[in-house]
Amino acid sequence: MSTEVLLHARGVGKKFGGFVALAEVDIQLRPGERLGLIGPNGSGKSTFVNCISGDFAQHEGEVTLGGHQLGGLKPHRRARLGLARTFQLPQPFNSLSVLENVRVPLLFAGHAAEATERAMACLEQVEMAGKAHKLPKELTQVEQRRLELARAIALDPRLLIADEAMAGLSNAEVDQIIELLFKLNQAGTAVIMIEHIMRAVTAFSERLVVFVAGRKIADGLPREVLALPEVEGAYLGKQ
Amino acid sequence: MNTHLRFWLGAAALGLLLVAALRLLGNDYAYFAGYFVLQYVVLASAWNILGGYAGYVNFGAAGFMAAGAYSAIVLRQALGLDLIPGIIFAALVAGLLGLGTGYLTLRLKGVYFSIATLCLSVVLQTLVVNWDYVGGSRGAYIIRPREIAPFVSYGEYLFIVMLVLAIGAAGIGRTVEMSRLGRGLQAIRDNERAAEAVGVPTLRLKLIATTLCGALMGVAGAPLPYYSGYLNPEAAFSLAYAVNAIAMPLIGGAGTWAGPVIGAVLLASLQQAATVTISSALNLWIVGWMLVIFVALFPKGILGWFRRKA
Amino acid sequence: MDPDLVLLLNGIVSGLLLGGLYAAAASGLAVAFGMLDIVNIAHPALMVTGAFTVVALGTWLGLDPLLVAVLQAPLYYLLGVGIYSAYHHFFEKRGEEALQGLAFFFGVMFIIEVGLVMVFGPEQRFLDPSYAYTTWRLGEIDLPLRMLVPGLFAMGCIGLLFLYLHRSFTGLAIAAVAQDAEALRLMAVNPVKIKRLAFGISIALASMAGGALVVVQPVEPSSGQVFIGRVFAICIMGGMASLPGCIMAALLFGVVENVTATFFGPSWSPAVAFGWLLLVLAFRPQGLFGKAA
Repeated sequence: MSTEVLLHARGVGKKFGGFVALAEVDIQLRPGERLGLIGPNGSGKSTFVNCISGDFAQHEGEVTLGGHQLGGLKPHRRARLGLARTFQLPQPFNSLSVLENVRVPLLFAGHAAEATERAMACLEQVEMAGKAHKLPKELTQVEQRRLELARAIALDPRLLIADEAMAGLSNAEVDQIIELLFKLNQAGTAVIMIEHIMRAVTAFSERLVVFVAGRKIADGLPREVLALPEVEGAYLGKQ
Repeated sequence: MNTHLRFWLGAAALGLLLVAALRLLGNDYAYFAGYFVLQYVVLASAWNILGGYAGYVNFGAAGFMAAGAYSAIVLRQALGLDLIPGIIFAALVAGLLGLGTGYLTLRLKGVYFSIATLCLSVVLQTLVVNWDYVGGSRGAYIIRPREIAPFVSYGEYLFIVMLVLAIGAAGIGRTVEMSRLGRGLQAIRDNERAAEAVGVPTLRLKLIATTLCGALMGVAGAPLPYYSGYLNPEAAFSLAYAVNAIAMPLIGGAGTWAGPVIGAVLLASLQQAATVTISSALNLWIVGWMLVIFVALFPKGILGWFRRKA
Repeated sequence: MDPDLVLLLNGIVSGLLLGGLYAAAASGLAVAFGMLDIVNIAHPALMVTGAFTVVALGTWLGLDPLLVAVLQAPLYYLLGVGIYSAYHHFFEKRGEEALQGLAFFFGVMFIIEVGLVMVFGPEQRFLDPSYAYTTWRLGEIDLPLRMLVPGLFAMGCIGLLFLYLHRSFTGLAIAAVAQDAEALRLMAVNPVKIKRLAFGISIALASMAGGALVVVQPVEPSSGQVFIGRVFAICIMGGMASLPGCIMAALLFGVVENVTATFFGPSWSPAVAFGWLLLVLAFRPQGLFGKAA
């Protein structure tokens, strides 16, 4: 197992006015690691994602990805460094076909010449090649989620943040998405899974981080973390 | 055959055909009317680059166009240079104006850019009215030659210049649409946050688009003082340009290079024909209503309507 | 006293009075743009329409312009309800308010402006109230009633609006609709109804501002154009949805513009408006008096 660090967040915090949404979070992630991030609503998970992805330009602390300082970089620069994310609600480019949706990241990542072939390959990975010429609004929920993943895969990411990528899906569909994430992970991409569906988190993660009220209260093996009384009290007990 | 080559050859052939037809007609008014329509092809194509592809509404077409027209006047007054250098200078000035406005406002929500462009015309007009060098509120005269070799008249010369500009503008629109710039702008229009997240440099693309849009609008305005021989702020900043620049692409079909061309040819010809029969106010009033009705009922314009039928 | 100082003092005082008028023009927009997120660029055009109907009705009935402005306000409320209904039906519901909605309001603005030219002609219109040429003096400072009365009228209107928004249930619902339409639904309030009502109020305010405008200066169909920059600049500087912020920004704006006009000539004041707007957008988009995001 390598001791190399892919993502390193040190003392990350964010205030909105006087409200502390996130405080002093330290997280390290190895290349290819599968991390589950859980916590009740409003515990700062999304705030953390937005700090990493660059949606919030300013926050406390610092974040590095593969040794690169992310501070001050716009989201598109972070995407080029190998950081991909999906959104809680799928955010497709509605006027573009499924294929074009996946071509967009490739066009701007130096693959303009072979964008179409690469995009088709990404769609095949998520089993969406047959829908390449549909519009996003013609897709089902789970197909929209797959499209989001294909678009993320097109970035050839070192780290994928799957922000509630399974919300609103049926049990069988959840399993399909987990399988896709596993496939992606086996190809070398580290994954941070943010999820309320505990079944998915425990099935997927090799490590679990728990946020409560903007702070990290636990970080370790899933079995051990879930057994901690404070985790049970703050999070699982309330479900 | 390469589709780009086919487009340019087709456009050139169409242009030559138009020139030949007007020569046969031999009517000065036809050149005049033709210029009127073609300037709107340029203006509408320019608006479409930012408005149609990226979804950012520029209300300042009159301001950008007047900036181009007055740039041409300034260049003539200062250095005695003629129409063609004037057009190049106008592109430069109006392009910088677009870049500056975009740079100051585009980091915010899109409506702020729109509001800024809305005020831009008013303020530029104030500046020009107070600027005696270009004639202030009295306006400036340009004495144009009666003819210029090898053209049959100066009217034909202006028409051909505008024809070349119109083909160029449509071609630029088409090139943008087929390039990754166009795809990026469409992604921005659909979902700016997602575009940024998948690696689209949104601010840079928007700034390229505002610059291009401003420059083309300036180009559309540069020959205006030569066309009318006299230019005052009221005419240069006419609301007609602002409303047509928006109405034509939206009615023709925004977000496609052909949409603004179709909209401009249709609406400008209608207006040209109508000025003879009805008052110019009523004329513009009808354009306003057409704009409102089209965006409400046919949001994809004429092209979109036909595509849905097909 | 030093004549320059007198000039400056007078410039500031009449700037404050002018600011009252601007506050009236911008407060309606603060409701539509700030609270409802509707970019009604036709707001100044509607204000000018209000001014024209005030002139027409006031001349016909022989009444004071501000009184006419109050009397006609319900009609403009209905007009606003109508405009919002169309806007909602064609754009908001379809989720196309960004580009198409902006183009719609631009078209409305254009139709109004050209329509005014067609109905009333392009020339200036005015209606002088009985007090138009009276000026109170406080030492060296002039207080022309032509400015003072509409300023106070505007403050009265905004005061009533403020009370309504903070004291009544529907008023509170309007303030909430901007934040969270979903919460309103849970309270069994239909957000569309609330927005329709609020937009009607916004347009009624525009027409009353038009009444104040016609007392201050003669109007012409294109008068709205110079107000676009002003009202949006004020609205944004004031922090979008805040009425006190809007008043503060309007007064400040009036003073700066008027002092500029006093010392550099009136034709430069629109440039001041635009310059301010750009500076605010570039450096403090949350407004001068708004909270930092």
